[in-house]
Amino acid sequence: MTQWSGYFGLILQGALVTIELTLMGSVLALIMAFLAGLGRLSRFFVLRALATAYIEFFRGTSIFVQLFWAYFVLPFAGISLTPLQAGVLALGLNVGAYAAEVVRGAIKSIGREQYEACTALNLGRWQAMRHIILPQALLVMLPTFGNNAIELLKATAVVSLISLADLTFQAQVVRSQTGNTLVPFSTILVIYFVLALLISWGVRSLERRMARGLDGVRV
Amino acid sequence: MSAPIIKIDGISKSFGTFKVLDGLSMQVMPGEKLALIGPSGSGKTTILRILMTLERIDSGHIQVDGEQLYHMERNGRLLTADERHLAKMRQKIGMVFQLFNLFPHKCVIDNVTLAPMLTKAMPRAAAEKRAMELLDMVGMVDKAKAMPAQLSGGQKQRVAIARALALSPKIMLFDEVTSALDPELVDEVLNVMRKLAAETDMTMLLVTHEMGFAHDFADRVLFFDRGRIVEEGKPDEIFRHPKQERTQGFLKKIIAAGHRV
Ligand SMILES: Nc1ncnc2c1ncn2[C@@H]1O[C@H](COP(=O)(O)OP(=O)(O)OP(=O)(O)O)[C@@H](O)[C@H]1O
Ligand SMILES: [Mg+2]
Repeated sequence: MTQWSGYFGLILQGALVTIELTLMGSVLALIMAFLAGLGRLSRFFVLRALATAYIEFFRGTSIFVQLFWAYFVLPFAGISLTPLQAGVLALGLNVGAYAAEVVRGAIKSIGREQYEACTALNLGRWQAMRHIILPQALLVMLPTFGNNAIELLKATAVVSLISLADLTFQAQVVRSQTGNTLVPFSTILVIYFVLALLISWGVRSLERRMARGLDGVRV
Repeated sequence: MSAPIIKIDGISKSFGTFKVLDGLSMQVMPGEKLALIGPSGSGKTTILRILMTLERIDSGHIQVDGEQLYHMERNGRLLTADERHLAKMRQKIGMVFQLFNLFPHKCVIDNVTLAPMLTKAMPRAAAEKRAMELLDMVGMVDKAKAMPAQLSGGQKQRVAIARALALSPKIMLFDEVTSALDPELVDEVLNVMRKLAAETDMTMLLVTHEMGFAHDFADRVLFFDRGRIVEEGKPDEIFRHPKQERTQGFLKKIIAAGHRV
Protein backbone atom coordinates (compact mmCIF):
# COMPACT_ATOMS: atom_id res chain seq x y z
CA MET A 1 0.00 0.00 0.00
CA THR A 2 2.75 2.50 0.97
CA GLN A 3 4.53 1.42 -2.17
CA TRP A 4 1.49 2.42 -4.28
CA SER A 5 1.18 5.80 -2.57
CA GLY A 6 4.81 6.44 -3.56
CA TYR A 7 3.92 5.68 -7.12
CA PHE A 8 0.91 8.01 -6.96
CA GLY A 9 3.30 10.67 -5.68
CA LEU A 10 5.34 10.18 -8.85
CA ILE A 11 2.28 10.54 -11.00
CA LEU A 12 1.20 13.71 -9.17
CA GLN A 13 4.66 15.17 -9.79
CA GLY A 14 4.16 14.28 -13.43
CA ALA A 15 0.79 16.01 -13.39
CA LEU A 16 2.42 19.21 -12.15
CA VAL A 17 4.95 19.07 -15.00
CA THR A 18 2.14 18.53 -17.51
CA ILE A 19 0.21 21.48 -16.09
CA GLU A 20 3.30 23.66 -16.17
CA LEU A 21 3.97 22.69 -19.79
CA THR A 22 0.37 23.31 -20.76
CA LEU A 23 0.25 26.74 -19.14
CA MET A 24 3.59 27.95 -20.47
CA GLY A 25 2.99 26.41 -23.89
CA SER A 26 -0.41 28.10 -24.07
CA VAL A 27 1.07 31.49 -23.24
CA LEU A 28 3.65 31.11 -26.01
CA ALA A 29 0.98 29.78 -28.39
CA LEU A 30 -1.24 32.78 -27.62
CA ILE A 31 1.57 35.24 -28.31
CA MET A 32 2.49 33.48 -31.56
CA ALA A 33 -1.18 33.27 -32.56
CA PHE A 34 -1.65 37.02 -32.31
CA LEU A 35 1.70 37.87 -33.91
CA ALA A 36 1.16 35.54 -36.85
CA GLY A 37 -2.60 36.08 -37.10
CA LEU A 38 -2.20 39.87 -37.27
CA GLY A 39 0.86 39.40 -39.47
CA ARG A 40 -1.21 37.56 -42.04
CA LEU A 41 -3.60 40.51 -42.19
CA SER A 42 -0.83 43.10 -42.42
CA ARG A 43 -0.55 45.62 -45.22
CA PHE A 44 3.13 44.77 -45.50
CA PHE A 45 4.12 41.93 -47.77
CA VAL A 46 7.15 40.94 -45.68
CA LEU A 47 5.05 40.50 -42.54
CA ARG A 48 2.42 38.54 -44.42
CA ALA A 49 5.08 36.28 -45.94
CA LEU A 50 6.79 35.68 -42.60
CA ALA A 51 3.52 34.87 -40.88
CA THR A 52 2.41 32.54 -43.66
CA ALA A 53 5.76 30.74 -43.70
CA TYR A 54 5.60 30.21 -39.94
CA ILE A 55 2.03 28.93 -40.00
CA GLU A 56 2.52 26.59 -42.95
CA PHE A 57 5.77 25.21 -41.61
CA PHE A 58 4.54 24.41 -38.12
CA ARG A 59 1.24 23.00 -39.30
CA GLY A 60 2.93 20.99 -42.00
CA THR A 61 5.51 19.20 -39.89
CA SER A 62 4.85 17.00 -36.90
CA ILE A 63 5.13 18.16 -33.32
CA PHE A 64 7.29 15.12 -32.70
CA VAL A 65 9.94 16.23 -35.19
CA GLN A 66 9.72 19.83 -34.01
CA LEU A 67 10.39 18.73 -30.44
CA PHE A 68 13.42 16.68 -31.46
CA TRP A 69 14.75 19.61 -33.40
CA ALA A 70 14.33 21.92 -30.44
CA TYR A 71 16.05 19.52 -28.08
CA PHE A 72 18.65 17.65 -30.16
CA VAL A 73 19.40 19.85 -33.19
CA LEU A 74 19.38 23.39 -31.78
CA PRO A 75 22.43 22.61 -29.57
CA PHE A 76 24.46 22.30 -32.79
CA ALA A 77 23.50 25.93 -33.46
CA GLY A 78 24.76 26.80 -30.00
CA ILE A 79 21.30 26.91 -28.40
CA SER A 80 20.95 24.36 -25.63
CA LEU A 81 17.55 24.10 -24.06
CA THR A 82 16.39 22.20 -21.02
CA PRO A 83 13.75 19.55 -21.77
CA LEU A 84 11.10 21.87 -20.30
CA GLN A 85 12.21 24.81 -22.46
CA ALA A 86 12.35 22.64 -25.57
CA GLY A 87 8.89 21.27 -24.77
CA VAL A 88 7.35 24.72 -24.24
CA LEU A 89 8.98 26.01 -27.42
CA ALA A 90 7.81 23.14 -29.63
CA LEU A 91 4.30 23.03 -28.18
CA GLY A 92 3.86 26.83 -28.20
CA LEU A 93 5.07 27.23 -31.78
CA ASN A 94 3.08 24.27 -33.03
CA VAL A 95 -0.25 25.13 -31.45
CA GLY A 96 0.38 28.85 -32.05
CA ALA A 97 0.38 28.14 -35.79
CA TYR A 98 -3.10 26.63 -35.61
CA ALA A 99 -4.37 29.36 -33.30
CA ALA A 100 -3.00 32.05 -35.64
CA GLU A 101 -5.55 30.95 -38.22
CA VAL A 102 -8.23 31.26 -35.53
CA VAL A 103 -7.13 34.83 -34.82
CA ARG A 104 -7.17 35.68 -38.51
CA GLY A 105 -10.57 34.11 -39.11
CA ALA A 106 -12.11 35.83 -36.09
CA ILE A 107 -10.83 39.24 -37.13
CA LYS A 108 -12.15 38.72 -40.64
CA SER A 109 -15.54 37.75 -39.26
CA ILE A 110 -16.11 41.25 -37.86
CA GLY A 111 -18.36 43.12 -40.25
CA ARG A 112 -17.21 45.87 -42.58
CA GLU A 113 -19.63 48.29 -40.94
CA GLN A 114 -17.53 48.24 -37.75
CA TYR A 115 -14.44 49.28 -39.71
CA GLU A 116 -16.43 51.98 -41.47
CA ALA A 117 -17.70 53.37 -38.18
CA CYS A 118 -14.06 53.54 -37.06
CA THR A 119 -13.07 55.44 -40.21
CA ALA A 120 -16.00 57.83 -39.82
CA LEU A 121 -14.84 58.48 -36.25
CA ASN A 122 -11.32 59.01 -37.54
CA LEU A 123 -9.73 56.21 -35.50
CA GLY A 124 -6.34 55.07 -36.77
CA ARG A 125 -5.84 51.52 -38.02
CA TRP A 126 -4.27 50.31 -34.81
CA GLN A 127 -6.77 52.20 -32.60
CA ALA A 128 -9.63 50.56 -34.47
CA MET A 129 -8.01 47.13 -34.16
CA ARG A 130 -7.19 47.53 -30.48
CA HIS A 131 -10.45 49.07 -29.24
CA ILE A 132 -13.13 47.88 -31.65
CA ILE A 133 -12.14 44.89 -33.75
CA LEU A 134 -10.01 42.76 -31.42
CA PRO A 135 -12.34 42.92 -28.40
CA GLN A 136 -15.19 41.65 -30.57
CA ALA A 137 -13.01 39.13 -32.38
CA LEU A 138 -11.71 37.76 -29.08
CA LEU A 139 -15.16 36.49 -28.27
CA VAL A 140 -15.25 34.64 -31.57
CA MET A 141 -11.80 33.14 -30.92
CA LEU A 142 -12.40 31.92 -27.39
CA PRO A 143 -14.24 28.62 -28.01
CA THR A 144 -11.65 27.51 -30.58
CA PHE A 145 -8.84 28.67 -28.32
CA GLY A 146 -10.31 26.28 -25.74
CA ASN A 147 -10.00 23.44 -28.25
CA ASN A 148 -6.45 24.51 -29.09
CA ALA A 149 -5.50 24.47 -25.40
CA ILE A 150 -6.89 20.95 -25.02
CA GLU A 151 -4.94 19.85 -28.11
CA LEU A 152 -1.86 21.34 -26.51
CA LEU A 153 -2.53 19.49 -23.25
CA LYS A 154 -2.78 16.19 -25.10
CA ALA A 155 0.33 16.94 -27.14
CA THR A 156 2.40 17.48 -23.98
CA ALA A 157 2.72 13.69 -23.79
CA VAL A 158 5.38 13.77 -26.51
CA VAL A 159 7.84 15.49 -24.17
CA SER A 160 8.24 12.20 -22.31
CA LEU A 161 10.32 11.22 -25.37
CA ILE A 162 13.00 13.72 -24.42
CA SER A 163 12.85 12.37 -20.84
CA LEU A 164 10.90 15.22 -19.30
CA ALA A 165 9.07 13.71 -16.33
CA ASP A 166 5.50 14.56 -17.26
CA LEU A 167 2.38 12.45 -16.62
CA THR A 168 3.03 10.01 -19.42
CA PHE A 169 6.70 9.63 -18.48
CA GLN A 170 5.86 8.89 -14.85
CA ALA A 171 3.21 6.38 -15.85
CA GLN A 172 5.87 4.52 -17.78
CA VAL A 173 8.21 4.66 -14.79
CA VAL A 174 5.52 3.18 -12.59
CA ARG A 175 4.75 0.54 -15.17
CA SER A 176 8.35 -0.56 -15.52
CA GLN A 177 8.80 -0.68 -11.75
CA THR A 178 5.59 -2.50 -10.90
CA GLY A 179 4.92 -4.42 -14.08
CA ASN A 180 1.34 -3.12 -13.85
CA THR A 181 0.02 -1.25 -16.87
CA LEU A 182 -3.65 -0.89 -16.04
CA VAL A 183 -3.38 1.16 -12.85
CA PRO A 184 -0.88 3.88 -13.89
CA PHE A 185 -2.35 4.37 -17.34
CA SER A 186 -5.95 4.43 -16.07
CA THR A 187 -4.87 7.02 -13.51
CA ILE A 188 -3.27 9.33 -16.04
CA LEU A 189 -6.21 8.85 -18.39
CA VAL A 190 -8.47 10.25 -15.70
CA ILE A 191 -6.06 13.07 -14.88
CA TYR A 192 -5.74 14.16 -18.54
CA PHE A 193 -9.50 14.07 -18.82
CA VAL A 194 -10.02 16.16 -15.69
CA LEU A 195 -7.46 18.72 -16.88
CA ALA A 196 -9.23 18.98 -20.23
CA LEU A 197 -12.55 19.47 -18.44
CA LEU A 198 -10.98 22.24 -16.37
CA ILE A 199 -9.83 24.01 -19.53
CA SER A 200 -13.28 23.72 -21.13
CA TRP A 201 -14.93 25.00 -18.02
CA GLY A 202 -12.48 27.89 -17.63
CA VAL A 203 -12.85 28.99 -21.24
CA ARG A 204 -16.61 28.74 -21.09
CA SER A 205 -16.90 30.89 -17.99
CA LEU A 206 -14.52 33.44 -19.51
CA GLU A 207 -16.69 33.47 -22.60
CA ARG A 208 -19.83 34.03 -20.56
CA ARG A 209 -18.18 36.90 -18.72
CA MET A 210 -17.03 38.58 -21.89
CA ALA A 211 -20.31 38.14 -23.71
CA ARG A 212 -22.24 39.84 -20.94
CA GLY A 213 -24.38 42.67 -22.27
CA LEU A 214 -23.74 41.86 -25.93
CA ASP A 215 -26.99 39.96 -26.34
CA GLY A 216 -29.30 42.53 -24.83
CA VAL A 217 -29.81 40.72 -21.54
CA ARG A 218 -29.73 43.07 -18.58
CA VAL A 219 -26.28 43.23 -17.06
CA MET B 1 -21.33 85.59 -50.07
CA SER B 2 -18.96 83.13 -48.43
CA ALA B 3 -17.11 80.31 -50.15
CA PRO B 4 -18.66 76.85 -50.44
CA ILE B 5 -17.64 74.41 -47.71
CA ILE B 6 -17.89 71.47 -50.10
CA LYS B 7 -16.90 71.80 -53.73
CA ILE B 8 -17.21 68.68 -55.84
CA ASP B 9 -15.59 69.09 -59.20
CA GLY B 10 -16.14 66.58 -61.96
CA ILE B 11 -15.79 63.38 -59.94
CA SER B 12 -16.25 59.92 -61.42
CA LYS B 13 -16.59 56.62 -59.66
CA SER B 14 -17.03 53.12 -61.04
CA PHE B 15 -17.62 49.81 -59.36
CA GLY B 16 -16.08 47.36 -61.79
CA THR B 17 -17.44 48.32 -65.18
CA PHE B 18 -20.45 50.08 -63.70
CA LYS B 19 -20.05 53.85 -63.67
CA VAL B 20 -22.00 55.17 -60.69
CA LEU B 21 -20.85 58.79 -60.88
CA ASP B 22 -19.79 60.35 -64.15
CA GLY B 23 -18.29 63.81 -63.90
CA LEU B 24 -20.49 64.99 -61.05
CA SER B 25 -20.08 68.56 -59.82
CA MET B 26 -21.91 70.25 -56.95
CA GLN B 27 -21.34 72.74 -54.16
CA VAL B 28 -22.61 73.09 -50.64
CA MET B 29 -22.55 76.33 -48.67
CA PRO B 30 -21.53 76.50 -45.00
CA GLY B 31 -24.50 75.83 -42.75
CA GLU B 32 -26.63 74.65 -45.61
CA LYS B 33 -29.10 71.80 -45.08
CA LEU B 34 -29.11 69.76 -48.23
CA ALA B 35 -31.40 66.88 -49.08
CA LEU B 36 -30.34 64.32 -51.70
CA ILE B 37 -33.25 62.39 -53.14
CA GLY B 38 -33.66 60.04 -56.05
CA PRO B 39 -34.38 56.47 -57.08
CA SER B 40 -32.54 53.50 -55.65
CA GLY B 41 -29.11 53.01 -57.14
CA SER B 42 -28.76 56.61 -58.31
CA GLY B 43 -25.53 57.09 -56.34
CA LYS B 44 -26.72 59.07 -53.29
CA THR B 45 -25.03 56.82 -50.74
CA THR B 46 -21.92 56.68 -52.87
CA ILE B 47 -21.55 60.46 -52.71
CA LEU B 48 -21.76 60.48 -48.91
CA ARG B 49 -19.35 57.55 -48.65
CA ILE B 50 -16.88 59.35 -50.89
CA LEU B 51 -17.07 62.44 -48.71
CA MET B 52 -16.46 60.27 -45.62
CA THR B 53 -13.45 58.69 -47.40
CA LEU B 54 -15.05 55.26 -47.23
CA GLU B 55 -14.82 55.04 -51.01
CA ARG B 56 -12.15 56.52 -53.30
CA ILE B 57 -12.84 58.51 -56.45
CA ASP B 58 -11.46 57.56 -59.85
CA SER B 59 -11.05 61.12 -61.08
CA GLY B 60 -12.01 64.69 -60.28
CA HIS B 61 -11.45 66.86 -57.24
CA ILE B 62 -13.21 67.52 -53.98
CA GLN B 63 -12.56 70.52 -51.79
CA VAL B 64 -13.74 70.50 -48.20
CA ASP B 65 -13.45 73.59 -46.05
CA GLY B 66 -10.90 75.14 -48.37
CA GLU B 67 -8.65 72.08 -48.69
CA GLN B 68 -8.42 69.23 -51.15
CA LEU B 69 -9.92 66.03 -49.75
CA TYR B 70 -8.15 63.41 -51.85
CA HIS B 71 -5.15 65.46 -52.83
CA MET B 72 -2.54 67.43 -50.98
CA GLU B 73 -0.40 70.25 -52.17
CA ARG B 74 3.34 69.73 -51.89
CA ASN B 75 5.64 72.34 -53.46
CA GLY B 76 2.86 73.51 -55.70
CA ARG B 77 2.06 70.01 -56.96
CA LEU B 78 -1.10 68.05 -56.26
CA LEU B 79 -0.34 64.60 -54.89
CA THR B 80 -2.67 61.82 -53.86
CA ALA B 81 -3.57 62.29 -50.21
CA ASP B 82 -1.81 60.04 -47.71
CA GLU B 83 -3.42 58.59 -44.60
CA ARG B 84 -2.31 61.55 -42.48
CA HIS B 85 -3.94 64.05 -44.78
CA LEU B 86 -7.13 61.98 -44.87
CA ALA B 87 -7.16 61.81 -41.07
CA LYS B 88 -6.89 65.58 -40.89
CA MET B 89 -9.74 66.01 -43.38
CA ARG B 90 -11.95 63.49 -41.58
CA GLN B 91 -11.96 65.76 -38.53
CA LYS B 92 -14.24 68.08 -40.48
CA ILE B 93 -16.80 65.42 -41.35
CA GLY B 94 -19.05 63.06 -39.42
CA MET B 95 -21.44 60.41 -40.67
CA VAL B 96 -24.51 58.63 -39.39
CA PHE B 97 -25.28 55.27 -41.00
CA GLN B 98 -28.50 53.60 -41.98
CA LEU B 99 -27.77 50.64 -39.66
CA PHE B 100 -26.30 52.74 -36.80
CA ASN B 101 -22.97 50.84 -36.67
CA LEU B 102 -22.69 51.23 -32.91
CA PHE B 103 -19.90 49.34 -31.15
CA PRO B 104 -21.83 46.44 -29.57
CA HIS B 105 -19.23 45.70 -26.88
CA LYS B 106 -19.25 49.22 -25.48
CA CYS B 107 -21.98 50.89 -23.44
CA VAL B 108 -23.71 53.98 -24.76
CA ILE B 109 -21.48 56.56 -23.13
CA ASP B 110 -18.30 54.68 -24.10
CA ASN B 111 -19.51 54.64 -27.70
CA VAL B 112 -19.69 58.43 -27.51
CA THR B 113 -16.46 59.14 -25.59
CA LEU B 114 -14.18 56.68 -27.40
CA ALA B 115 -13.28 58.74 -30.46
CA PRO B 116 -12.73 62.10 -28.69
CA MET B 117 -10.48 60.39 -26.15
CA LEU B 118 -8.48 58.54 -28.79
CA THR B 119 -8.31 61.05 -31.62
CA LYS B 120 -8.33 64.33 -29.72
CA ALA B 121 -6.60 63.13 -26.55
CA MET B 122 -9.54 64.50 -24.59
CA PRO B 123 -9.36 63.55 -20.88
CA ARG B 124 -12.04 61.08 -19.80
CA ALA B 125 -13.81 63.54 -17.50
CA ALA B 126 -14.14 66.17 -20.21
CA ALA B 127 -15.19 63.58 -22.80
CA GLU B 128 -17.87 62.22 -20.47
CA LYS B 129 -19.19 65.65 -19.63
CA ARG B 130 -19.53 66.46 -23.32
CA ALA B 131 -21.04 63.03 -24.00
CA MET B 132 -23.69 63.59 -21.34
CA GLU B 133 -24.60 66.95 -22.90
CA LEU B 134 -24.98 65.29 -26.28
CA LEU B 135 -26.92 62.35 -24.85
CA ASP B 136 -29.16 64.90 -23.18
CA MET B 137 -29.74 66.59 -26.51
CA VAL B 138 -30.78 63.31 -28.14
CA GLY B 139 -32.80 62.28 -25.07
CA MET B 140 -30.63 59.31 -24.10
CA VAL B 141 -29.13 60.36 -20.77
CA ASP B 142 -30.90 57.68 -18.77
CA LYS B 143 -29.48 55.00 -21.07
CA ALA B 144 -25.87 56.16 -20.76
CA LYS B 145 -24.80 52.89 -19.15
CA ALA B 146 -26.92 50.60 -21.33
CA MET B 147 -25.42 48.32 -23.96
CA PRO B 148 -26.48 48.90 -27.59
CA ALA B 149 -28.25 45.53 -27.73
CA GLN B 150 -30.64 46.76 -25.03
CA LEU B 151 -31.82 49.71 -27.13
CA SER B 152 -34.55 50.08 -29.74
CA GLY B 153 -33.57 51.07 -33.28
CA GLY B 154 -34.59 54.68 -32.72
CA GLN B 155 -32.56 54.84 -29.54
CA LYS B 156 -29.54 53.31 -31.27
CA GLN B 157 -29.73 55.87 -34.02
CA ARG B 158 -29.94 58.74 -31.53
CA VAL B 159 -26.82 57.42 -29.80
CA ALA B 160 -25.11 57.14 -33.19
CA ILE B 161 -25.93 60.80 -33.85
CA ALA B 162 -24.50 61.81 -30.47
CA ARG B 163 -21.39 59.73 -31.19
CA ALA B 164 -20.78 61.52 -34.49
CA LEU B 165 -21.43 64.93 -32.91
CA ALA B 166 -18.90 64.27 -30.14
CA LEU B 167 -16.09 65.05 -32.58
CA SER B 168 -17.69 68.42 -33.42
CA PRO B 169 -17.53 68.05 -37.20
CA LYS B 170 -18.38 71.01 -39.40
CA ILE B 171 -20.22 68.75 -41.82
CA MET B 172 -22.60 65.91 -40.96
CA LEU B 173 -23.68 63.25 -43.42
CA PHE B 174 -26.90 61.31 -42.82
CA ASP B 175 -27.55 58.27 -45.00
CA GLU B 176 -31.18 57.19 -44.74
CA VAL B 177 -30.92 57.27 -40.99
CA THR B 178 -34.57 56.34 -40.45
CA SER B 179 -35.12 53.75 -43.15
CA ALA B 180 -34.18 50.78 -40.93
CA LEU B 181 -36.60 51.89 -38.20
CA ASP B 182 -40.12 50.80 -37.39
CA PRO B 183 -42.50 53.57 -38.49
CA GLU B 184 -43.38 54.59 -34.93
CA LEU B 185 -39.69 55.18 -34.15
CA VAL B 186 -38.96 57.42 -37.12
CA ASP B 187 -40.19 60.64 -35.54
CA GLU B 188 -37.95 60.49 -32.46
CA VAL B 189 -34.92 60.48 -34.75
CA LEU B 190 -36.25 63.15 -37.08
CA ASN B 191 -37.02 65.36 -34.08
CA VAL B 192 -33.41 65.13 -32.99
CA MET B 193 -32.32 66.19 -36.45
CA ARG B 194 -34.74 69.11 -36.48
CA LYS B 195 -33.32 70.23 -33.16
CA LEU B 196 -29.80 69.87 -34.49
CA ALA B 197 -30.63 71.96 -37.53
CA ALA B 198 -32.22 74.65 -35.38
CA GLU B 199 -29.54 74.79 -32.70
CA THR B 200 -26.33 74.51 -34.71
CA ASP B 201 -24.89 76.01 -37.86
CA MET B 202 -23.49 72.69 -39.00
CA THR B 203 -23.61 71.85 -42.68
CA MET B 204 -25.87 68.84 -43.11
CA LEU B 205 -26.22 66.50 -46.08
CA LEU B 206 -29.15 64.19 -45.91
CA VAL B 207 -30.01 61.22 -48.08
CA THR B 208 -33.61 60.31 -47.44
CA HIS B 209 -36.79 58.79 -48.72
CA GLU B 210 -38.80 60.78 -46.14
CA MET B 211 -40.00 63.44 -48.55
CA GLY B 212 -42.08 65.26 -45.95
CA PHE B 213 -39.09 65.63 -43.72
CA ALA B 214 -36.81 66.66 -46.59
CA HIS B 215 -39.35 69.34 -47.50
CA ASP B 216 -39.39 70.87 -44.00
CA PHE B 217 -35.75 70.32 -43.21
CA ALA B 218 -33.79 71.22 -46.30
CA ASP B 219 -32.73 74.59 -47.66
CA ARG B 220 -32.12 72.97 -51.01
CA VAL B 221 -33.03 69.64 -52.59
CA LEU B 222 -31.02 67.76 -55.21
CA PHE B 223 -32.79 65.16 -57.30
CA PHE B 224 -30.42 62.47 -58.54
CA ASP B 225 -30.85 59.92 -61.24
CA ARG B 226 -28.13 57.63 -62.54
CA GLY B 227 -25.36 59.54 -60.85
CA ARG B 228 -26.39 62.92 -62.20
CA ILE B 229 -28.22 65.88 -60.71
CA VAL B 230 -31.38 66.04 -62.77
CA GLU B 231 -32.95 68.93 -60.92
CA GLU B 232 -32.22 71.09 -57.92
CA GLY B 233 -33.94 73.88 -56.10
CA LYS B 234 -35.80 75.00 -53.02
CA PRO B 235 -37.96 72.26 -51.47
CA ASP B 236 -41.16 73.94 -52.63
CA GLU B 237 -39.96 74.11 -56.22
CA ILE B 238 -38.87 70.47 -56.29
CA PHE B 239 -41.80 68.97 -54.41
CA ARG B 240 -44.65 71.23 -55.61
CA HIS B 241 -43.51 72.26 -59.05
CA PRO B 242 -40.94 69.80 -60.38
CA LYS B 243 -39.88 70.81 -63.88
CA GLN B 244 -38.21 67.64 -65.07
CA GLU B 245 -40.25 64.69 -66.18
CA ARG B 246 -38.06 62.28 -64.25
CA THR B 247 -38.50 64.22 -61.03
CA GLN B 248 -42.26 64.26 -61.54
CA GLY B 249 -42.30 60.54 -62.20
CA PHE B 250 -40.19 59.79 -59.13
CA LEU B 251 -42.35 61.90 -56.82
CA LYS B 252 -45.51 60.37 -58.19
CA LYS B 253 -44.19 56.90 -57.47
CA ILE B 254 -43.09 57.89 -53.97
CA ILE B 255 -46.53 59.35 -53.17
CA ALA B 256 -48.23 56.28 -54.60
CA ALA B 257 -46.05 54.21 -52.26
CA GLY B 258 -47.64 56.04 -49.35
CA HIS B 259 -44.96 58.57 -48.50
CA ARG B 260 -46.15 61.97 -47.34
CA VAL B 261 -44.83 64.98 -49.26
N1 LIG C 1 -19.21 48.40 -53.17
C1 LIG C 1 -19.93 48.32 -54.29
N2 LIG C 1 -19.63 47.40 -55.23
C2 LIG C 1 -20.33 47.32 -56.38
N3 LIG C 1 -21.39 48.12 -56.67
C3 LIG C 1 -21.73 49.05 -55.78
C4 LIG C 1 -21.03 49.20 -54.54
N4 LIG C 1 -21.60 50.21 -53.84
C5 LIG C 1 -22.61 50.66 -54.62
N5 LIG C 1 -22.69 49.98 -55.78
C6 LIG C 1 -23.65 50.22 -56.86
O1 LIG C 1 -23.62 51.58 -57.17
C7 LIG C 1 -24.92 52.08 -57.46
C8 LIG C 1 -25.21 53.28 -56.58
O2 LIG C 1 -25.30 52.85 -55.27
P1 LIG C 1 -25.72 53.80 -54.08
O3 LIG C 1 -25.69 52.97 -52.87
O4 LIG C 1 -24.90 55.01 -54.11
O5 LIG C 1 -27.22 54.17 -54.48
P2 LIG C 1 -28.31 54.95 -53.64
O6 LIG C 1 -28.71 56.09 -54.46
O7 LIG C 1 -27.82 55.22 -52.27
O8 LIG C 1 -29.49 53.90 -53.60
P3 LIG C 1 -30.51 53.52 -52.43
O9 LIG C 1 -31.59 54.54 -52.46
O10 LIG C 1 -30.99 52.17 -52.81
O11 LIG C 1 -29.73 53.52 -51.15
C9 LIG C 1 -25.86 50.92 -57.25
O12 LIG C 1 -26.18 50.36 -58.50
C10 LIG C 1 -25.07 49.93 -56.44
O13 LIG C 1 -25.45 48.62 -56.74
MG1 LIG D 1 -28.30 54.51 -50.35
